[in-house]
Amino acid sequence: MSKLLVADSVSKNFGNFKALNNVSISIPKGSIFGLLGPNGAGKTTLIRIINQITMPDEGKVLLDGQALNSDHIKDIGYLPEERGLYKSMKVGEQVLYLAQLKGMSKSDAKAQLKYWFDKFEIGAWWNKKIQELSKGQAQKIQFIVTVLHRPKLLIFDEPFSGFDPINANLIKDEILKLREDGATVIFSTHRMESVEELCDHIALIHKSNKVLDGNLIDIKRQFKSNTFEVGLQSNNKEAVIKKIENKFEVAPATFKNVYDDVKLNVKIKPGTSPNQLLSFLTSKAEVHHFVEVIPSASDIFIQTVNNN
Amino acid sequence: MNHLYLIIKREYLTKIKNKSFIIMTFLSPLIMIALISIVAYLSQLNNDKKRTISILDESGLFSEIFKNTGNTTYNYISNSTVREAKAFVKEKEQYGLLYISNGDLETVSKSVKFYSEDSPSLTIMSGLENKIERKLREEKLISNGLDIKQIENSRVNVSVAQESFEGQKSSKIDNILKLAFGGIAGYLLFMFIIIYGNMIMRSVIEEKTSRIIEVIISSVKPIQLMMGKIIGTSLAGVTQFAIWIILLGVLSTILSIVFNIDLISVQTPQQEVIQQAMDNPVLQDEITLVLQSFQNLPLANLIIAFLLFFIGGYLLYSSLYAAVGAAVDNETDTQQFMLPILMPLILAVYVGVFTVIDDPHGSVSTIFSFVPFTSPVVMLMRIPFGVPIWQQIVSLIILIGTFTSTVWFAAKIYRVGILMYGKKASYKELFKWLKY
Repeated sequence: MSKLLVADSVSKNFGNFKALNNVSISIPKGSIFGLLGPNGAGKTTLIRIINQITMPDEGKVLLDGQALNSDHIKDIGYLPEERGLYKSMKVGEQVLYLAQLKGMSKSDAKAQLKYWFDKFEIGAWWNKKIQELSKGQAQKIQFIVTVLHRPKLLIFDEPFSGFDPINANLIKDEILKLREDGATVIFSTHRMESVEELCDHIALIHKSNKVLDGNLIDIKRQFKSNTFEVGLQSNNKEAVIKKIENKFEVAPATFKNVYDDVKLNVKIKPGTSPNQLLSFLTSKAEVHHFVEVIPSASDIFIQTVNNN
Repeated sequence: MNHLYLIIKREYLTKIKNKSFIIMTFLSPLIMIALISIVAYLSQLNNDKKRTISILDESGLFSEIFKNTGNTTYNYISNSTVREAKAFVKEKEQYGLLYISNGDLETVSKSVKFYSEDSPSLTIMSGLENKIERKLREEKLISNGLDIKQIENSRVNVSVAQESFEGQKSSKIDNILKLAFGGIAGYLLFMFIIIYGNMIMRSVIEEKTSRIIEVIISSVKPIQLMMGKIIGTSLAGVTQFAIWIILLGVLSTILSIVFNIDLISVQTPQQEVIQQAMDNPVLQDEITLVLQSFQNLPLANLIIAFLLFFIGGYLLYSSLYAAVGAAVDNETDTQQFMLPILMPLILAVYVGVFTVIDDPHGSVSTIFSFVPFTSPVVMLMRIPFGVPIWQQIVSLIILIGTFTSTVWFAAKIYRVGILMYGKKASYKELFKWLKY
């Protein structure tokens, strides 16, 4: 898959503080890329470098194979975590102004704006000032500002904060739709359930270093420990458990099941097939539950951060 | 560059559409005119009062000294006692009674008295005193056997004609006119910097507090945003100044027509004195001299220098204001950074007022007209007195050089500062930002 954005060994210092240390990431075209990390890890610095707000001290960033330059401004849409609009400026004027700064012509911006206003059914807001809108309404305007110029690369920093569940869903659907239309999305968040739901690639930054990146499924494969949740029914519980313990590494499990005679997490040795475990189990008892334990994005996040 | 244009346009339009800006633009000249009109009207009211002064002159020396003027009528009383005269003046509600007794000159000079209901105005009293003194002096000279005519003829009027080595004629009036020109130019720049510098600073802070800055800055370069702000706000300022001048002109014309108040030459009780002086041929010469002096001023140089130094000085300071706005989170935090900006500005005005008037080409004024932070004000004050072109150019080059580096410096602080939220910057921190 071709890469839309490549950051190559990017470093950035603020005085004696190293905000980014030799970070490289590459973002495939058309992906939703989760940029994860604890607070203060350097995510925002990286995003600002991609937006050309700050310049890296070392390394380079390529967009579509070209070193970042001022022509790329129109290709990027950025929704910063710290959000805001001119409070005393009217909605319509303001969006047109910001769109023109992104290089759109006034007529094009107007046409696009009409499309989005119709879509969100907010045409009546045109002449309202931002300060007359609610926080959620202002966020919608800000979302429109971000996507209006049809950028190739969309960067969302905590896009769902401040939205109620209904609007958060609306925005999520729009993001997915934009991806279908060919946009690539960088998605920075702490909310792991939305990472799980949306992202197909992730990178994890911790203490200014990239500690993990890649396809989310590959990463999960890499993090899984060949452990299986096993639920069995047997008349002779102790004997069955004993037999399994003799052959495999076993820990108590907590999954829910209608039968609770035997509940175990069974770990098999690398290279062993799950089929071997399964046939062993079927020979000893009735198998009601057999699921591989796949680490969640949240598990991976916590595990990686704690290990570093 | 298209970005810069968009930013300038937005800054300009939001400024001039702002309600308080509109109110200030139209209210300030009204308030000013109202104040001036009240003062003018009151002084005219005061002056319009017709008064009659009765004179009881027992000496008979002053029968031709007091002549009626527009507001004052003199009424000679004869063949009556002081008591009768007093009663008469009181009954007629006249302004007062001047009593001069009979006797030798010494006695007369000591016996002059003025009776009135209220205490009389100082100008009227000194007018009367002058006239009596002059007459008595003449009488004394005559009694000592001197010829008044000869004394009058021996009076000499000296007015030192000034001329430069190049042959340019000038006069004292020249200096006053030059001072006025320089003073107005310097003061205008000072006011402009303070009013609109603050406006720029507030607008930078507004972008920070509303958090829009990060969106803007992902589309345009910080220096473009900063320059756009400075230029847009200045244009709004120029608009405001222009409206003020036009409004002041229109309003004062309307007022003077409607209420017949002449605002330009507000009438004062001293007008009589001035009118008398106007008949003096020497003074008439001086009026032509004023016009001449006006032509003597290096007008072309003045206008070009005014524009260049005004723009240079304004940009120099307003970029600093923008940097301060970027370094803080709210207006209350600006105090610590304002002092270093205001000090050179105030220093410039003081140097201009105290040393340039005294000696426009003295070493202090010359040095300060080269120091970039004071040069715009001081040089503008000096130029009407004729500053060699090379000095102006050198000063301007220094100013442009400094201006370029302050803009660079301000842009650095601006670039880092606008993305720093909730942090109160110290000077040490600002210095660190320069290296980012």
